[in-house]
Amino acid sequence: MTRPENIIVLKDLYKHFGEVRALDGVNLNVAQGKVIVVIGPSGSGKSTMLRCINHLEAPTSGEVWIDGQQLGKNEKELNEIRTEVGMVFQLFNLFPHLTALENVMIAQKVVRGRSKSEARKIAMDQLNRVGIPEKADVHPSNLSGGQQQRVAIARALAMNPKIMLFDEPTSALDPEMIKEVLDVMLDLAKEGMTMVCVTHEMGFARSAADEVIFMDNGQIVEHTTPHDLYNNPKEERTKLFLSQILQH
Amino acid sequence: MEPSAPKLDIRDDDRKRSLRDQPWWFYAIILIFIWAAYIFYARENYNEAFQFIKVGIGVTIKTSLISYAFALILGLLAGLGRISKNIFFNNLARLYVELIRGIPMLVLIFFIALVGVPMLVDGVNALGVWFTEIGLGFLGTPLSAFGNKSLTMNTRAIVALSVTYGAFLAEIFRAGIQSIERGQMEAARSLGMSYGQAMRHIILPQAVRNVLPALGNDFVAMVKDSSLVSILAVRDITQVSRLYAGSTFRFREAYITVSVMYLSITVMLSLLVQVMERRLSKND
Repeated sequence: MTRPENIIVLKDLYKHFGEVRALDGVNLNVAQGKVIVVIGPSGSGKSTMLRCINHLEAPTSGEVWIDGQQLGKNEKELNEIRTEVGMVFQLFNLFPHLTALENVMIAQKVVRGRSKSEARKIAMDQLNRVGIPEKADVHPSNLSGGQQQRVAIARALAMNPKIMLFDEPTSALDPEMIKEVLDVMLDLAKEGMTMVCVTHEMGFARSAADEVIFMDNGQIVEHTTPHDLYNNPKEERTKLFLSQILQH
Repeated sequence: MEPSAPKLDIRDDDRKRSLRDQPWWFYAIILIFIWAAYIFYARENYNEAFQFIKVGIGVTIKTSLISYAFALILGLLAGLGRISKNIFFNNLARLYVELIRGIPMLVLIFFIALVGVPMLVDGVNALGVWFTEIGLGFLGTPLSAFGNKSLTMNTRAIVALSVTYGAFLAEIFRAGIQSIERGQMEAARSLGMSYGQAMRHIILPQAVRNVLPALGNDFVAMVKDSSLVSILAVRDITQVSRLYAGSTFRFREAYITVSVMYLSITVMLSLLVQVMERRLSKND
């Protein structure tokens, strides 16, 4: 099998919640190693699109392809594909009954079938990578928001994913903690990880993103480079949104 | 700390408050126990009643413990069924819970022990006959020989209590699982865990921890409700005290004794639950 050109392919994706059209015909190709930043007003379908990529949300219709494999209804296949797609959530969603280290170990043991010592070694490596090895034995409730989010990133990375999805990873953080999380994300981007990030951190988009997507009303309105999006947006809706968030 | 505060007034206030905050009700219970210990020891009638009735303590404790263990398993299964997306398991669990909750426990115990268990035995016998007919005699013979007699009233009482309390515990487990944020399941699934793996390693450990006090309270309730199995002539402390009262007409001695026995078991267990609750809240 030849390697597909695009590691993520979304084709005619629709997602309806009752009357609400959260996704209204989304098409997207993401090449290996690219960093995509998704922006847009709340309710525009950014998160829903992200959650469709790993089928936490099953789309109403349309196709999702990950690394040449189409996501379907088969739970077992879905579980396998999800191990290749790491996800980081706005509210961290760390497992509160486990220490930071155990948070990073659990899925390795349960899903990947790694031995305890192997999982521990990989977990420590990942905690080192995100810069908090000293918090290994601390429970999430005793960590700051920034530290929790970094553990969450380590937890996803420990599965050796090919793709990382970030769902507003810094929106729930105090301002002084945003940088430590963005720094980790920047390092990841430099290392060539394929990333799709829903975020309004414009600095991150400028320095790390290969492409920026502006979404509104469940559709991709504009898909271009960060430079073009910020300097000469083509669509009226994009201009309006940017003027609103860049005002201050 | 402000050292300038007028100390004397505060101390006076403290003394009043500390009197008001005393658990007087608990001291009263202790007094009851002391008084009971005294009469069991010193008064001949009470001593005789105590010696007679204490024989049933083993049955009461054994019945409660075994029934509770089975109820935990049934309750967990039914609780998982209640939140399952599978229409069959979901409705089966709901039916079970609603049937049990809609019938008085006394009637349920009669029904399960005297109707349900014999019906089950008939079913097993029929299965045995069928096995023999299709040539599986080695399976069929023991199954068709399986009689009602091989299930004692003690066993049936345990079946009845387990089935009844399983429905109550199911609702506790369901509430516990539903108290865990949705994000926990999503995070586990996003890491590639199956629904079952996520339940077992992520959701249930947290859910069970949250409902431990409720589970403990239901164990106390079950110890008390185990007295209902005396109607099946199971010789627990209730049944033995009835026997004692009936044969001696010493109703006062019999029922004071059995009441104190239940009270000491339940007070002890309630204290344990409280300690557990405090431990858990400290860890949060």
